Amino acid sequence: MAGVSTKDIKNRIRSMESTRQITKAMEMVAASKLRHAQAQVSASRPYFEILYSTISQIVESGNDFSSPYLQRKGTGKALYVVIAGDRGLAGGYNSNILKLTQSHAAEKEAAVLPIGKKAVDYFRTKNLPVVTEQYLEAADVSIGDCFSIAKLISSAFLKGEYEEIFVAYTGFVSVLSQSPTVLQLLPLERKAPAKSAAADIIYEPDQEAVFEAIIPEYLGGLLYGALCESRASEQAARRTAMDSATQNAEDMIADLSLKFNQARQAAITQEITEIVAGS
Amino acid sequence: MTPFSLKIVTPDGIKYDGQAEELIVRTTTGDVGILAGHLGMVAPLGMGRATVIIDGQKRYAACIGGMVAVVNGRVDLVPTSFEWAQDIDIDRTERSYQRAQQTLNDKNASDTDIRLAKARLHRALVRRNVASSK
Repeated sequence: MAGVSTKDIKNRIRSMESTRQITKAMEMVAASKLRHAQAQVSASRPYFEILYSTISQIVESGNDFSSPYLQRKGTGKALYVVIAGDRGLAGGYNSNILKLTQSHAAEKEAAVLPIGKKAVDYFRTKNLPVVTEQYLEAADVSIGDCFSIAKLISSAFLKGEYEEIFVAYTGFVSVLSQSPTVLQLLPLERKAPAKSAAADIIYEPDQEAVFEAIIPEYLGGLLYGALCESRASEQAARRTAMDSATQNAEDMIADLSLKFNQARQAAITQEITEIVAGS
Repeated sequence: MTPFSLKIVTPDGIKYDGQAEELIVRTTTGDVGILAGHLGMVAPLGMGRATVIIDGQKRYAACIGGMVAVVNGRVDLVPTSFEWAQDIDIDRTERSYQRAQQTLNDKNASDTDIRLAKARLHRALVRRNVASSK
């Protein structure tokens, strides 16, 4: 026990305690933000589901119409909308989604539209063409912004600047599990035409016009949904990371307290031995 | 009148889920009235006042963008934004109206700005109109 002074140990215990306080506070903040984000996820889901089912109905109704949204232009270029967080200390949240995007885009000529400070910073260093750095704060992106992004990417797609458009986001499975996902936005995949079940539906003014009008809404809704999921995932990941950090700090404090007591006891014993020996 | 089931869903959440007797909405091709037993229909929405009759009571709302779908007698209204007349923030609408006017009067405004301002003006006018008709 000699060599480690009780003062040193005491200092370390004190510093661990303040670390624990910080991580504990961050955990609580993340937990309360998570509750809010989860409510947003469940509020935005039905909107997206209805749009999605309507679009699939039209696409699958089997009627032969050729929307430019269904076609590949063959330029070989891909655009990734990447949603990451604004801050670190969220476990693997940021690096998981960025790595997934990087490996998905590895063999493509890719450009990115990053959302969130971490994504913007990452792609700046990677020499990938960045479409816009306008969306620096993922926490500030509103539903209106999602619709502007949707308009931007669908017009770029229609002009043939990109062959494929993906969104990379982190799906919120549960508080303990989040899965980074890359989802294809455009072109829409036409599944094998099913039996014309939707034949008795009137499309006003016509199928194609409805389709063209709904697609940007659908993309905007989809992006917003992905954003909500990512935000909830970020808070959940941060909560878990901070929870384990607090746990580690507590373990370390317990360990150090034991060492401190041992050192103190050793000092006392030594002192007594010296007094006894001296008398 | 026979009621039908109506669901109004926006990205901010469900605004109405229940029975209604009539729904009038502005689609891109004009106003459409929907009663119980309507044929299946899908139409994109424009910007305008929506009227919903619930238990004989008329309720108005500002309904912007999105689409309306009637499938198997169920009506789904999926607008981008939907505010009941009493929920409309009149101050915000006025501010948005003023800002749009300013941009439109600005000779140096770019085409995009003009386009956005026109849309904003249109939305503000719809909201103002709806708020005054409650």
